[in-house]
Amino acid sequence: MIRIDSVTKRYPDGTVAVDRLSLDIPDRSITVLVGPSGCGKTTTLRMINRMVEPTEGTILLDGEDIRRQPVTALRRSMGYVIQNAGLFPHRTIVDNIATVPRMLGWGRRRARERAAELMERVGLDTSLAQRYPYQLSGGQQQRVGVARALAADPPVLLMDEPFSAVDPVVRKGLQDELLRIQEELGKTIVFVTHDIDEAVKLGTMVAVLRRGGRLAQYAPPAELLSAPADGFVEDFLGADRGIRRLSFFPSAALELTTDAVIPADAPAERIAASDARYLLVTDSDGRPLGWTEPGEPAAGGIRTDRLLPHGRPFVPGADSLRVALDCAVLSPTGWAVAVDDDGRVTGVVSQQTIAEAIRAAHAQGRTGKTEVAR
Amino acid sequence: MNVLDFAHAFFSDGAHWHGYDGIPQRLLEHVRYTLLALALAALIGLPVGLLTGHTGRGGNALAFIANAARALPSFGLLVLVVLLIGFGLLPVMIPLVVLAVPPILVTTYEAVRSVDPSPVDAARGMGMHESRILLQVELPVALPLILSGLRSAAIQIVSTATIAAYVSLGGLGRYIIDGLYQRDYEKVVGGATLVAVLALLTLAVFWAAGRFAVSPGVRRR
Repeated sequence: MIRIDSVTKRYPDGTVAVDRLSLDIPDRSITVLVGPSGCGKTTTLRMINRMVEPTEGTILLDGEDIRRQPVTALRRSMGYVIQNAGLFPHRTIVDNIATVPRMLGWGRRRARERAAELMERVGLDTSLAQRYPYQLSGGQQQRVGVARALAADPPVLLMDEPFSAVDPVVRKGLQDELLRIQEELGKTIVFVTHDIDEAVKLGTMVAVLRRGGRLAQYAPPAELLSAPADGFVEDFLGADRGIRRLSFFPSAALELTTDAVIPADAPAERIAASDARYLLVTDSDGRPLGWTEPGEPAAGGIRTDRLLPHGRPFVPGADSLRVALDCAVLSPTGWAVAVDDDGRVTGVVSQQTIAEAIRAAHAQGRTGKTEVAR
Repeated sequence: MNVLDFAHAFFSDGAHWHGYDGIPQRLLEHVRYTLLALALAALIGLPVGLLTGHTGRGGNALAFIANAARALPSFGLLVLVVLLIGFGLLPVMIPLVVLAVPPILVTTYEAVRSVDPSPVDAARGMGMHESRILLQVELPVALPLILSGLRSAAIQIVSTATIAAYVSLGGLGRYIIDGLYQRDYEKVVGGATLVAVLALLTLAVFWAAGRFAVSPGVRRR
């Protein structure tokens, strides 16, 4: 565990970057430091590997003051990823990744084998090994940055706004990749960002800092969204925190109905007999084709070319209530389509039913049984 | 007779290709002076430029010294040094080194300062020692600019080393000074041509050094 104990950073000109900050960073989880610019989040991160020395207070790593070991040894035990990746332009990708192992005295061959292994781990094609950084895209460079930080298998990973310089699509990919890697490796990650969505998505714990380097709130993301400590945190979370909080509620318990689901070749009587306002038509495999209104089909059955689009379906269990609600909101009929992993319809659910599930989940959340599922 | 005729007459005369006053001998002397002066200047300019560039301290003092040194006329300095310590190789080396240090020093300083701070920050954050950061990150990235400083220093030395002949030393300046004294314009033109050719050769050597020493990742091709 990393314990930040009442740490202050005051610069000679009197500016206070971090003000009596105390934080316990748990092992094998992602702790996100988030806040507006000038809140001291990067300074805090850089104090952990002593790129910045605190004016007051101590930082303990597994109970020991980080100043008790040589600064280079400390840094080599912590991977470090920065905003623009900071790759060495004169070295090939494989040599960039092998930097720390080489510094630790590994043989060239072993270090390169390790580098190739890491390229695969972070989702880079090993054919890029002999390229130079300028030949890679921003997203690829950042993957190399992560691979380089992981090369010597350090227990701690410090990440300073690593994904903020890439476009949103690439950023989402990198975030998903980080969560996947973390699932496999279980590092103690300290992650700095100014993007609250990124914090909520990645963090096991999120520390919200305010200007002047003071801690506003330190909590798991679901708790942050449901119970912001004060007006500052609430503002920082943004206007749609209620909606975002739904990401933490599973959709598995939603009551689905199959009354309004009919195969495309259903007999006309069955369609006429339905009292649903809309019917979801499926193909012979059970995959959704679109919505139709009962009563409409004339002789010859349902005209599958005249259906309303069914919109994006959700997968109960895998997707959150937020996704289910989004599907219902975007659906032309106001009903969300639920499918199984193979894309076969398992039922449909109305906005009303989802709203009830949200209320139930909130009630459960208040009794402290928030289930985290993303 | 025009300049080309003089040059042709000089180079086609077989006598100019042999002996202690022959072209190979004078060229060799000139190259020796150049290499020695460049080595001495690099020995001073490179470490000081690298260190001040790495720490970022002393930049203003450096610019002041470099500009002061640039203001010194090489020939005047040569005469002064000879008056002070007499004839020999040393009084020739002093003005040449004074001439060559500023471009090496200032360019090296600027080159290291202008290295992208991200890789340096990353290197420091991964526990690299400061000396390694300088030699294995900043130096290779700054190398193209550093080489350009060395190149302009070398070119200036090549053209200025002719003054060695004023204090009874050899080199290509011998032809120019003796030629002027003897009103032998073939010699003057021949000597000047050789200096120009040597300067071009120097350019070629630095171009090749750049191809060889600068990483393709920095050259970006």
